[in-house]
Amino acid sequence: MIISRGIKKSFGGKQVLRGVDMQIDSGESLVIIGQSGCGKSVFLKHLVGLLDPDAGEILVDGDRISNAKRADVYRIRMKFGVLFQSAALFDSMSVEQNVGLGLVEHTKMTKGEIDKRVAECLEMVSLSGIQKQMPSELSGGMRKRVGLARAIAMKPQYILYDEPTTGLDPITADSINDLIIQMQQELKVTSIIVTHDMVSAFKIADRLVMLHLGRVIFSGTEQEIKTQSIDIVRRFIAGESEDKQVVTHYF
Amino acid sequence: MSRAVTIPAILLAPVQLIGKLLLEFTSELGRFGILMGRITKELGAIFSRRELFIRECVRLGVESLPLVLLVGLFTGAVSGWQLHYQLEGYMPFDMIGPGVFKSIVLEMGPVLTGLVISGRVAASIAAELGTMKVTEQIDALESMAISSTRYLAVPRIAAMTMMTPVLVTQVNFIAIMGAWFVTTVFLSLTSSQFFGLIPSFFDLYDVFSGLLKSLFFGMSSAMIGCYVGFDASGGAEGVGSATIKAFVWSSLTVLVLDFLLAMILF
Repeated sequence: MIISRGIKKSFGGKQVLRGVDMQIDSGESLVIIGQSGCGKSVFLKHLVGLLDPDAGEILVDGDRISNAKRADVYRIRMKFGVLFQSAALFDSMSVEQNVGLGLVEHTKMTKGEIDKRVAECLEMVSLSGIQKQMPSELSGGMRKRVGLARAIAMKPQYILYDEPTTGLDPITADSINDLIIQMQQELKVTSIIVTHDMVSAFKIADRLVMLHLGRVIFSGTEQEIKTQSIDIVRRFIAGESEDKQVVTHYF
Repeated sequence: MSRAVTIPAILLAPVQLIGKLLLEFTSELGRFGILMGRITKELGAIFSRRELFIRECVRLGVESLPLVLLVGLFTGAVSGWQLHYQLEGYMPFDMIGPGVFKSIVLEMGPVLTGLVISGRVAASIAAELGTMKVTEQIDALESMAISSTRYLAVPRIAAMTMMTPVLVTQVNFIAIMGAWFVTTVFLSLTSSQFFGLIPSFFDLYDVFSGLLKSLFFGMSSAMIGCYVGFDASGGAEGVGSATIKAFVWSSLTVLVLDFLLAMILF
């Protein structure tokens, strides 16, 4: 279980997170939605300790990752797999080196065992046989799949997805959504997905949380969000532009 | 009752600028210090991940060899030619060999190699790490619980610290050979005239101090390249700026260090 208590974060005087409180239960698929720039990705980076908050704390299974010692942060990070928005594959490494890097660095597995695990992970994302290819040879969708294979290689408890379908065509995006559901069901992981793609969000979410201006303004199921009366939430899921007066009034 | 003194904006502007620059410099220095502290803590990684260290020795060191040797060859050739011109009519040409030897080993070999390393290695490290930073590859590494300083910075800094003296040794040799070739083929010297007096002027301390300087040049260039790369932000433009910054800072550092080490060593 991950607990976020009052996370605040500013960059150069601009406050991005203004006190985010959230609880993420083990095994659930939580989708964090919100407009671009509302702090979704920044919050995601706090969960894995890539950013430290100015105030507040993140607890992962009871261990504080925020502002913790580097050794503790690395120990807690072993529970996570992260799929970045751009996949963030290492350019200078082949697909198999990308997927197997965590295993090489953190386990005493032999080369044969690592190769076997890499092949398993690539098979899970339907990309068998591309071990020797370089990231530059892959399409956007393939890069995301390889990124996901890398994220699951170390058998994490939590998988974080940062805008997993952004920049993909609708069919490829849907296949990524299917993969996220498949990971959730087969690996029994906790999935935390940041997106502003409502089609994806409704397909993969057990629960949705909406961030707006650095705060959580909604938390609930698909049914609950669809019947919401909060204007900004209603407009967001309908894809309507904001009425500034309403936003000001709400806060 | 005292009256508030109003300072004209034209007088305040330079003070504000100096203050801003001072703050930025202090902040950079602090971030550089923190990174170097982390790197020092993780130096043991050279032994635990030898293959990374060896890969960087080859990539940053061995692959720099053709360029630095070419620079050394022409530097030596020019030194021989110039010294011949300078000594003509004043001193015997037998002094050209020792003159070239001293100037190459003490100063020109280490400093020119240091400057070439700044251009080639510091800038390439900054560009590579900067690109990794802006494309979230460093975040990806960190999210896999792999220390980016241990995995990326330590092997590069250790490799350059070790490889620069090796490069300088070869530059020194090729530069002296360049001077010998020019003075014997194009000018009127014989080989025995060129090499004859070198043993009399040979001092092992000169060679040692030149190599010691080069060790610091290699280390500082790689450290600056890593810091600037890790600190890059803002996409392609940011990477471009980081590359320039790494080259400028590391070149200046080589020259400043050269002066400071000369004061200490001689």
